[in-house]
Amino acid sequence: MNWTRKHLLGIEDLSAEEILYILETADGFKEVSTRSIKKVPALRGKVIVNLFFEPSTRTRISFELAGARLSADVINFTSTTSSTIKGESLVDTARNIEAMGVDILVVRHPCAGVPHQLARAVKASVVNAGDGTHEHPTQALLDMFTIKCLRGSLAGLKIALVGDISHSRVARSNIWGLQKLGAKVYAVGPPTMVPAALEKLGVTVSHNLDEIIPEVDVFNMLRIQMERQAQGLFPTIREYSRLFGLNRERLARAKPEVLVLHPGPVNRGVEVTPEVADGPRSVILNQVTNGLAVRMAVLYLISGGGASAATAH
Amino acid sequence: MPRLLIKNGWIVDPATGRDEVGDILVEGERIAAIGKGISARGGGDLAVLDATGLLVAPGLIDMHVHLREPGKEEEETIRSGAMAAVAGGITSVACFPNTDPAIDNEGEAAFVLLQGKKAGFANVFPVGAVTLGLKGEQLSEMAGLARAGAVAFSDADQPLESAEMFRRGLLYTRMLGKVLIAHNEDRSLRGSGVMNHGLISLRLGLPGIPNAAEDIMVARNITLARITDSALHLGQMSTEGAVALLRRAKEEGLKVTGEVTPHHIALTEEAVIGFDSCFKMIPPLRTEKDAAALVDGLRSGVIEVIASGHAPHAAEEKEVEFTNAPFGVIGMETLFPVAYTELVLRHHLPLSQVLAKMTVNPARILGLYPERGTLEPNRLADLAIFDIGTERAVDSSRFLSRSRNCPFDGHRVRGHTVHVVVGGRIVYRDGVPVETGEKR
Repeated sequence: MNWTRKHLLGIEDLSAEEILYILETADGFKEVSTRSIKKVPALRGKVIVNLFFEPSTRTRISFELAGARLSADVINFTSTTSSTIKGESLVDTARNIEAMGVDILVVRHPCAGVPHQLARAVKASVVNAGDGTHEHPTQALLDMFTIKCLRGSLAGLKIALVGDISHSRVARSNIWGLQKLGAKVYAVGPPTMVPAALEKLGVTVSHNLDEIIPEVDVFNMLRIQMERQAQGLFPTIREYSRLFGLNRERLARAKPEVLVLHPGPVNRGVEVTPEVADGPRSVILNQVTNGLAVRMAVLYLISGGGASAATAH
Repeated sequence: MPRLLIKNGWIVDPATGRDEVGDILVEGERIAAIGKGISARGGGDLAVLDATGLLVAPGLIDMHVHLREPGKEEEETIRSGAMAAVAGGITSVACFPNTDPAIDNEGEAAFVLLQGKKAGFANVFPVGAVTLGLKGEQLSEMAGLARAGAVAFSDADQPLESAEMFRRGLLYTRMLGKVLIAHNEDRSLRGSGVMNHGLISLRLGLPGIPNAAEDIMVARNITLARITDSALHLGQMSTEGAVALLRRAKEEGLKVTGEVTPHHIALTEEAVIGFDSCFKMIPPLRTEKDAAALVDGLRSGVIEVIASGHAPHAAEEKEVEFTNAPFGVIGMETLFPVAYTELVLRHHLPLSQVLAKMTVNPARILGLYPERGTLEPNRLADLAIFDIGTERAVDSSRFLSRSRNCPFDGHRVRGHTVHVVVGGRIVYRDGVPVETGEKR
């Protein structure tokens, strides 16, 4: 296929074919990381700005390294105070940065929709690195890539997303992507964080982890934000982990080839116990490794590297 | 005495049932004659407006408008708001008290009236605050506000969370023979919500405001209107549930009325998908089902008023993250065209019924009728002349409002204002405002 998109704003808009094309491209880049000289000249002369308005370690480093391995010039801008607080509008900030001759803006922001607003306002390509509780497309792509590398295909797999689905951009992007690739998705957690309306997106809602354990092929254990407890969305961490945490006993009832994913950082003892996080079914570190290849693929494709005949979307 | 003859227009006056092609003669500030073939005898000062092919209606009365003076004059002044009003065929506005400082005392109310008079253009009537500073803690001097000219009471966008304060506000409103305009919103259910709670908010990852946030408050406020036997007006209704509650209240004979805005009828939550803050308002845009219930409510007469909810915001305030943008859209300059296009042309409501909801009905609720809101001899000559034959795209860059947060840009609509007369004076002619205010 010919890649035609200029931005990666979310998974909801992508076709299955486009997702698979990104994963195939990532497969090619995975090999670069195993070389002694871990660099290709694909984006030489291009400028990437990582615009992070929210604290992030792994996603930012992953994007930074992905850009570096493609030989792009990478600038990091991190601010935990939104520019609007300083009296500058969002669009102003982006136009100022763009005026410095930037080709790709990688944007992480606590508010949903910011990458979409920026994509309308600037000429550069925009990659969504997580917007509020909306989407986190590269995380979902690396989750799908990890599963695909180990299972060959996602078609027919039963995949449980466990945790705070309401407030999870990882969950949203996964729901779109996994279903497009033919997986069956379960959303598991308390009803205050797993709304029944998810069924309208094609997801099976469950409030009982124990009930579904034996049939699940992949668990994706989402991080619980501690402030949700303060907001009264669940009573205590202790009870949450008793109901929805993955421990050795629960894992013993799962399929032997089950995979355990976690987008990180892990609250050890809450979403998963340490022996599960570090155990043989955990692929949490594979996810991190794969994240690099997926982000290289995304940066490469939206720069027009996917096809000689690529045109701006 | 200056005279004005409006010739050969299609006159529709819902209050009297008049629906005919004819002429209107205005002498001074009042209508002198109305009917077919009126000729202005005698010489002297006579202006003539040819209304051939145009709709001549009572000037619209917009009972839900936020002007930003005093406090945020860069977004709207009373003058710019009064000018934007006449550009929309609106000859009277009721402006809400959420200014800075709030219109919660006689002096502020008098200031609004004074600024309105100086501006000319539309009549500007203040809505007085129910509580001091809109804080919901202590009643404002409501009698003083009424004496200064407040036509209604409201705490604007504050819901008066204390039911007891709301009840007291109703009791005072009743004593003064006015109406209380309620903002029906349960703040705990709204939480951090920025759009309708539903499938779209789930997809976009934006916190939602459920219909229940409105329904619960409407039920509470109707209950309090019942026990106080007072006049309650439900501001900006958006839900199917609120329409059902209002219907029951009316069947019971309570003095409860309600209003909708054109945007809650013409648009739905789907508009938010692009994260454009021009579609962010309170209450939020709801679903097709809710919009259909609002249209049914208008058709059956349960909902008596259409108001703009005009809420100007500076571009720099709106050009931020959707989550951080303020709530509210402007609407005076699109009030009639959108209402006409949506309700008359698309949903086939009778023109006279739709006009009533922007003329005689709000005039009655605000106590302005029969001086305003109708076209009859000896009444004040406030009238608006519209072109309903020509379709045009809304272009907010040409608006007279100081703000541009319009959700209808590019919408093709009919019903643009051609001429407007307020108190016998032409304040808008051939699509251009005419200065009549005091020399400044």
